[in-house]
Amino acid sequence: MSYEILGITVLWIFLYGYLIVASVDFGAGFFSYYTKRTKQNHITHNIIQRYLSPVWEVTNVFLVFFFIGIVGFFPDTAYYYGTALLIPGSVAIILLAIRGSYYAFATYGAKESPLYNFLYGATGLLIPSSLSTVLTISEGGYVVVEDGNVRLLYGELFGSLYSWGVVVLAIVSVLFISASFLTYYSSRAKDEGALKLLRKYALTWSLPAIGMGIIVFFLLGKRNPLHYQNMVDIWWVFGISFIAFIIATYLIWKRRNYGTAFILVMIQYFAAFFGYGAAHLPYLLYPYLTIYDGFTNESMALALVIAFIAGLLLLIPSLYLLMRTFLFDADYVQGKK
Amino acid sequence: MFFEYDPVIYSRILTGLTLGFHVIFATIGVGIPLMIAIAEWMGIKRNDPHYTLMARRWARGFVVTVAVGVVTGTAIGLQLSLLWPNFMQAAGHTIGLPMFMETFAFFFEAIFLGIYLYTWDRWKSKMKHFLLVIPIVIGATASAFFITSVNSFMNFPQGFTMIDGILTDVSPLAAMFNPATPTKISHVIITCYLTSAFILGAIAAYKLLKGNNHIYYKKALHLTMVSAAVFAIGTAIIGDLSGKYLHEYQPEKLAAAEWHFETESEAPLILGGILTDDNEVRYALKIPFALSILAGGTPDTIVIGLNDFPAEELPPLWIHYAFDLMVFIGMYLAFVSVLFVFMNWKKNWNAFNRPLLWSVLAGGPLAMLAIEAGWFFTEVGRQPWILNQVMTVAEGATTSQHVDIMLYVFIILYAVLGITCVRVLSRMFKNNPVERELEKRGLTHTDDRKAN
Repeated sequence: MSYEILGITVLWIFLYGYLIVASVDFGAGFFSYYTKRTKQNHITHNIIQRYLSPVWEVTNVFLVFFFIGIVGFFPDTAYYYGTALLIPGSVAIILLAIRGSYYAFATYGAKESPLYNFLYGATGLLIPSSLSTVLTISEGGYVVVEDGNVRLLYGELFGSLYSWGVVVLAIVSVLFISASFLTYYSSRAKDEGALKLLRKYALTWSLPAIGMGIIVFFLLGKRNPLHYQNMVDIWWVFGISFIAFIIATYLIWKRRNYGTAFILVMIQYFAAFFGYGAAHLPYLLYPYLTIYDGFTNESMALALVIAFIAGLLLLIPSLYLLMRTFLFDADYVQGKK
Repeated sequence: MFFEYDPVIYSRILTGLTLGFHVIFATIGVGIPLMIAIAEWMGIKRNDPHYTLMARRWARGFVVTVAVGVVTGTAIGLQLSLLWPNFMQAAGHTIGLPMFMETFAFFFEAIFLGIYLYTWDRWKSKMKHFLLVIPIVIGATASAFFITSVNSFMNFPQGFTMIDGILTDVSPLAAMFNPATPTKISHVIITCYLTSAFILGAIAAYKLLKGNNHIYYKKALHLTMVSAAVFAIGTAIIGDLSGKYLHEYQPEKLAAAEWHFETESEAPLILGGILTDDNEVRYALKIPFALSILAGGTPDTIVIGLNDFPAEELPPLWIHYAFDLMVFIGMYLAFVSVLFVFMNWKKNWNAFNRPLLWSVLAGGPLAMLAIEAGWFFTEVGRQPWILNQVMTVAEGATTSQHVDIMLYVFIILYAVLGITCVRVLSRMFKNNPVERELEKRGLTHTDDRKAN
């Protein structure tokens, strides 16, 4: 495996990690707001709070890791994406800043405020929308390079069906992933009321999630035929994704094995996300930048890989400890600790 | 605004704004975990619940500031690529390693902070919970270590060769461990500790001044001032070494900080003053030989003056005031903390007298002002370079339109975050004062021995 492939794989794994943990977090924020509006919050409030409180900070780091790592492995991305994404990037920063701080203010400041809750719920849907535009832009046609200047074509971005398709896909996926996780979490907490409600949410969002996935797949065919063709060539990966989805939804429908169901949802997104990513290669930005011409020098690549492995040896046991303390400790989950 | 749109100027202002705001939270983010660890340790060692409560309360306030630190840190992380794409392209090739490792250090800290906050009463053995704070201290300090090594690299770029604008022969470790690294990192870390100790001390002093004479506050003040005295002495020693580093490797920055124009030995240290149009220093306090001693340890050290550098490569000379402010406040903090410790040690003297309490209270905000002054001094003092002698700030900046709009938006964002943060913190502690919390935990009748 070349350094280039290794580097992008490492980064993609972290982005996938962010996709899962952040989706759970974003969706939880939205459900928390929604249930408050519909006066059902007494049912779900505890479940969501007990899960979110200890892990919210960790979520953010997955994202930071990705965008710092990509500049380390592929410095040219800083030049292309950095210049083009000034406004969308800043919008994402602002949303993340509002979300992170107001979550902490509301949780530790010990005062309920409708405004905080609204901000927390709304940013949960806006952040994935704004971040998903980066993937949209990478398909090409939204960015032009003229006399050494990189420019983002806003008209093209806001006027394209594909980019809106990706936004909707991002939102429904967030809600589906989150609901299926929280279903599992409330079943562990033996909280029947919350389980019933969240299971309903999971089922509600399952069809839109898979439906949008398929729609975006075909929209991509128009947008970027080369990428589309590459995806069709590895159709079996998306087949795995689809089958995982069917079984997961079936299990939730039949009210059994919620844990397995959530793992299958993770597999569903893992397959789709890596299938999408693998087919995207070698391009980082169609048609300007590939992983080969944007790659860092060899000694930096080696240093980053060593640092990455050393870091993982430190992080995996720590993450395990975190999960054991809060996610898999039945007493904690049930609110006895 | 008042000048024509220039993405370089706006990028500089926006970066300065973000960093100036972030550094408040980053500084206490590095320093407070250590203070929490010391307090919790004292609580266990002396079996004194006051110290344990101190650690708990500090941790509770800390997590709110961490939240703002995390989001502003994310902001600067992204803004570096958005506002300085050319710089980040070069930086990715050369100094990407410590930036990458910083995220690991922070990740590590974040995980344990999550566990620490929610497990106070989970185990029988208090030691178990104390052990969780150690990775937080290590992670916080390691973050400062890695990110400051990036800043050191900007001051002394090495570990690569540049041929026709193309970077080759990169050695990530040489880039990371450059001559600026040792003094810079130790200076940043110890001043984070010092500032955090003073801010916590200022809170205790404020309560005592307001007439809350509970022993809890006296213990808090004593603990923070003893720590501050140690850190302040360390800061002074490292500050001296930083002066020697500048003399050796960035003489133009030292000369600009000191308004030192003629190359000479026995150079005086200039404090304050104003600069006339023909570069004459007026109304300044001059300490004979002091600059030569700061630069090389002896009065006969020759210090290169500003006249020997090309004028277009000099930083703006107002950094002299930032430098003086930093040094002056540093000495003030050392004086106040050492005086407190001394007076408390003298059994029949009253260290808790009002003038000294006022001085400690002033020390909190002053310490943070010194941090800001120091960072503005070092960043502006590197002008016109973003990578010293390699890339100018103008070359590193974005060419994007609309940086100005982003600047206004971020001013609003930080104002709102800052105000809410202060309000949340003050409400948090006002609604749950120490006295009530002690009562709730059944700790009202602990012995009232003198804090020592």
